Amino acid sequence: MLLEIKDLSIEFHDHDVPERVVHDVSFSLAEGEILGIVGESGSGKSMTAMAIAGLLKRHDVEKKGTILFEGTELLHASRAQLRKVQGNDIGIIFQEPMTSLNPVKRIGWQVEESLRIHRPDMSKEERRHRAITALSDVELPNPEQVYKKYPHELSGGMRQRVMIASAMICEPKLLIADEPTTALDVTIQLQIVKLLQRLNKEKKMAVLFISHDLSLVKRLCDRIIVMHNGDLVEQGSAQEIFENPKECYTKELIDAIPRLEKLV
Amino acid sequence: MKYGLKKFVTMLITILCISFLVYLAFDVIPGDAALAALGTDVEPERLAALREEMGLNRPFLERYFDWLLSFVTGDFGTSYKYNLPVADMIVSKLPVTVIMALISFIIMTAVSLPVGIYTAKHSGGRIDRVITVVNQIMMSVPHFFMGIIITYVFGMVFKLFTPGGFVSYETDIAGFLSYIIFPCIAIALPKIAMSVKLLRGSCVGEAKKDYVRTAYSKGNNTNKVLYRHVLKNAMIPVITLWGMMLADMLVGSIVIEQVFNIPGIGRILLTSISYRDYPVVEAIIVLIAFVVVVTNFCVDIIYGIIDPRINVGAE
Ligand SMILES: Nc1ncnc2c1ncn2[C@@H]1O[C@H](COP(=O)(O)OP(=O)(O)OP(=O)(O)O)[C@@H](O)[C@H]1O
Ligand SMILES: [Mg+2]
Repeated sequence: MLLEIKDLSIEFHDHDVPERVVHDVSFSLAEGEILGIVGESGSGKSMTAMAIAGLLKRHDVEKKGTILFEGTELLHASRAQLRKVQGNDIGIIFQEPMTSLNPVKRIGWQVEESLRIHRPDMSKEERRHRAITALSDVELPNPEQVYKKYPHELSGGMRQRVMIASAMICEPKLLIADEPTTALDVTIQLQIVKLLQRLNKEKKMAVLFISHDLSLVKRLCDRIIVMHNGDLVEQGSAQEIFENPKECYTKELIDAIPRLEKLV
Repeated sequence: MKYGLKKFVTMLITILCISFLVYLAFDVIPGDAALAALGTDVEPERLAALREEMGLNRPFLERYFDWLLSFVTGDFGTSYKYNLPVADMIVSKLPVTVIMALISFIIMTAVSLPVGIYTAKHSGGRIDRVITVVNQIMMSVPHFFMGIIITYVFGMVFKLFTPGGFVSYETDIAGFLSYIIFPCIAIALPKIAMSVKLLRGSCVGEAKKDYVRTAYSKGNNTNKVLYRHVLKNAMIPVITLWGMMLADMLVGSIVIEQVFNIPGIGRILLTSISYRDYPVVEAIIVLIAFVVVVTNFCVDIIYGIIDPRINVGAE
């Protein structure tokens, strides 16, 4: 197993009453697999993703359980250990493509950043070459041009592609995509999903795809996890979940799809 | 580059407008060169003749452009009181004021940058809280009062310099610098407090942004995130402030020059005002305005270099 999560609990202590946002969640992810996490807003999907990527804040948060990545514990690992994995073995892209890139740095510089950190011996030309390849891998037209641009010169969809390119530059084994399409137009959403699908096949990279859009998850994922209020309520193959949901919460989610699609 | 050109043109237009308004103001004020030359109890015929001779009866615009042309070529007119070229009077005093402003500016940046970064990095910590309180105090003390305190503490108690014993840079550079450093500290202290506060707040604000999370997700450590990502963004408002402060230091040393008995531009300005020596006052005002406008232009250019979004906004 690439990733094994056991009894993950996350509790925030920044208010008088502690707030448990993830509760005893266990699941695993095999190499090259695409796993979907669905659930309504506030169900703890992002916090689970943050815990895997080592991005939970340092203060006022209590975390329990284990996150094993290729057999190494990440949840309670030291910062230095975590940094070796971040950007190198695990890449992550976020819900907010408009603000996730540094506005005053060139795209190329940002795409190459993980290489500078994790492959310090690589030559400048090699880095540049890789970055431009990565930019064309994510189907950005004129990658040489994009390399020199600043984030504000790109659209939301293009920025999300840049984010994918920079998350993938070190060829990580796991890409976490936390609602990568929520902020984008419907047509762009589909393109990004297809892109992730292609990259998963070509690079043999596992994807943890988080969304509250069941129709996207159904299109993309091999297996699905359903979360509700910090609990993992159901998991199974995409087919099982859609054809034979056991929990009524899952049924409600599925029932909501056609109505939404009609609206679109 | 289009942006730089645009800012440059704006700067020229601003300078032109200011010089026009200043010239107009001094034209409206009673008293002119002829009157100054002959005194008030002279026969009106002689006054009129001299006015005609000096070209003071020509149309306003003609005189303005004439004056502007000579101003640009370095001829600032003649002092009513001393009958000396204004340019000579100012140029001999200018270095003191400019050096003082530059030293104050260097002190300010050299202190506030590390302190601001430190307090941002350790925000909420004990030292940060102490510095916040110190800042608050510094900010509320006007710089002339700071000057008085510094004169008292360093001049009279510790005897590090002789209050009032200004040494000219022409006779003794080291003596000049070791005297001038104290007024510079007085000028810099309140400004250090302000820029530390701004830089700290700006860094803390930037650190909450999404791109910082992205930076951490790539395996950056805290220092790299701070120096490679946060700082450049956080500096944008600070540079604006510094630009304003540099201009303020160049023109605002007038009071401090009095406190420390320094013969700079401020001194001439005050005496010229009390003698109604208009050409001198006029020249200094235009020069000050010029300095402020040029500094603003430089800030705009630096801004454009740091923040790539600016260029788009200008188009
Ligand atoms: N810093 C924090 N302190 C306290 N509670 C937090 C903090 N961050 C998030 N939460 C809470 O954690 C819960 C789960 O949040 P999370 O972001 O994981 O939801 P999500 O499933 O990703 O929702 P969405 O679809 O809106 O992204 C929410 O109720 C949120 O209020
Ligand atoms: Mg979320």
